[in-house]
Amino acid sequence: MRLPNIARRWLAAIALLMLLLHLSPAHAGKTLDQIRQRAQLVCGVSTGVIGFSSADSQGRWNGLDVDVCRAIAAAVLNDPNKVKYVPLNAQQRFTALQSGEVDLLSRNTTWTLTRDASLGLHFTAVTYYDGQGFLVPKRLKLTSAKQLKNAEICVQSGTTTEKNLSDWFKAQGIKVKPVVFEKFEASIKAFFSGRCQAYTTDASALAFIRSKEAPKPDDYVVLPELISKEPLGPVVRRGDDEWFAIVKWVIFALIEAEEYGITQANLEQMKASPDPAIQRLLGGAEDTGKLLGLERDWAARAVKAVGNYGEMFQRNVGSASPLKLPRGLNALWNKGGLMYAPPVR
Amino acid sequence: MNQIAATQAWLRRNLFSDAFSGLTTLLLLGGAVYWLPGLIDWMLLQAVFEPDAAACQTVNHAGACWGVVAEKYRFILFGRYPHAEQWRPLLATALLLAVIFASGMRLLNRKFLLTAWALALPAFFILMGGGSFGLTPVGSDQWGGLPLTLLLATMGMLLAFPLAIMVALGRQSGLPLLRGLCTLYVELVRGVPLISVLFLASFLFPIILPQGFSIDVLLRVQAGIVLFAAAYLSETIRGGLQAVPGGQHDAAAALGLGRWQAMRWIILPQALRAVVPSMMNSAVSVFKDTSLVTVVSLYELTGSLSLALAGDAEWRSFHLEGYLFIGGIYWIGCYSMSRFSRGMESKVGAGATAM
Repeated sequence: MRLPNIARRWLAAIALLMLLLHLSPAHAGKTLDQIRQRAQLVCGVSTGVIGFSSADSQGRWNGLDVDVCRAIAAAVLNDPNKVKYVPLNAQQRFTALQSGEVDLLSRNTTWTLTRDASLGLHFTAVTYYDGQGFLVPKRLKLTSAKQLKNAEICVQSGTTTEKNLSDWFKAQGIKVKPVVFEKFEASIKAFFSGRCQAYTTDASALAFIRSKEAPKPDDYVVLPELISKEPLGPVVRRGDDEWFAIVKWVIFALIEAEEYGITQANLEQMKASPDPAIQRLLGGAEDTGKLLGLERDWAARAVKAVGNYGEMFQRNVGSASPLKLPRGLNALWNKGGLMYAPPVR
Repeated sequence: MNQIAATQAWLRRNLFSDAFSGLTTLLLLGGAVYWLPGLIDWMLLQAVFEPDAAACQTVNHAGACWGVVAEKYRFILFGRYPHAEQWRPLLATALLLAVIFASGMRLLNRKFLLTAWALALPAFFILMGGGSFGLTPVGSDQWGGLPLTLLLATMGMLLAFPLAIMVALGRQSGLPLLRGLCTLYVELVRGVPLISVLFLASFLFPIILPQGFSIDVLLRVQAGIVLFAAAYLSETIRGGLQAVPGGQHDAAAALGLGRWQAMRWIILPQALRAVVPSMMNSAVSVFKDTSLVTVVSLYELTGSLSLALAGDAEWRSFHLEGYLFIGGIYWIGCYSMSRFSRGMESKVGAGATAM
């Protein structure tokens, strides 16, 4: 009997190979070392979300999520331009991070328990507090989402939006029919051509969709309810706590810079400030960088690259941007918002 | 007078030969009268051709906004390739297209053609990838748009073809193990959608590979496409092999030809000739299937279009025009392939006379 013999040998070889592969986990190395070695941060971003991450006609990326990448590249590599952006769609984003294709996922991703606990990932910090809302045609004369009984609602798949929609209406005891689309363009096209009675997505996008995508903006209204909490923020892989800490604290530093009034413009003067907190943050009196494995002026570099959190907000999604979103929940904690960073000390 | 009579005769013969064709002609004519003015109005008369977002928004979809193509054509055609270096993909694409065109039109004899391919392919990779001749290196994950589509389709077909022949022959082999392996391969690949092959190649592979050992993402995806196309193509070719009458084998043996010689000179030429139309079918579908690589973050034509528009506040609402633009590119590609196939069929007599 020759054949079974060969087969057995093959099987043994394959089993051995699989064992070997299993024994060496693919990405045990230190993310920071890898980034320094290749002198480039690989950042997973969206395939185009206005204000958060999008490429212009020359292929340059910008947006709030992109600025987070730039700030981290500045803190780690001393150059905000040493970033490679990998555009990822909603379905592939976590796989790309898990497989090590990107160092960091900065792609308006909602922090939820399931994602945090079951995907082998860590959410670092919140960079934008969003919520889900509804856009409806004015002629339906709706004043509340609770009136959407039996309505067909257009929604994009692969995001938390879809689940929030069914959860909220279930809680209200109202039946609705979600009409699911894979692509954003298709979903809004369907809504504006009358396929659905309502369109739902994050509030940060709704106002802009109404003003720019609607054939006649005045024919549509955004309903007042927000049906979900959508804290958006960058995500890293588990198993590298040092890198997790770096990403987290760069974001905290940007928020704290706003709190202390440190801006891109006044950074150099601020370095001479007598305030001990500012001294610590900018690397004057204490070397906080050493604890993170970074240089002394890590936070100052980040602020120099993108400004403080408030400046990032204004430029990308706030009054100086096409989105023109109010600060709202994203104002600092001492100004009525939720942006609160643990102290850099 | 004669002219009119001739015209009438032509009309009757071609457009009104019976009640059904007469009705069809009238329907089509009516459709054209009904739709054409609106279409021309939208496409040309009210259209905006300059890259002027404000003008496009003023027209508000009453006319086409071709300006979006004028503004974004570089992004659409070359994707994420660094903007300053985009002369390289332009040149590389032109080179590859020229060789494909020369092959399709049979402008060169066989020896020159092989040389041309042997020069053009390395040149393509050197231009795109850089790293030598003073060109800055550009990672293959940054390649995008038309060159990527062309590369995936061309290499997909070029490499799948010999593989498919081997698999088709393997499935007819007398060795049970070889036959079984070939059948297993074909059935496995046909049993899963291309999209899952791409996912496997792109995301699962890096996880199971040992650390510090990685294969370029484009290479993995290209391999996936080749394996996928080869499985389908091999069944087409096996169909051709089965269509060759058994007497041909006997005749070849009687001439004293060995097994491989018979295969090379008698069986394969007849088999391949019989399946030119279905092979071209595979080629066209590989060309269009390349658009699926978007799901693994390689941005070929369709991917780079949505990348170019999705996040742009000013231009986002004009994606229809963008899609029409790349639709035109795909149409040109596919139509050229079917023209090539027709030429090929008439040249080799497409099976009809051979059997």
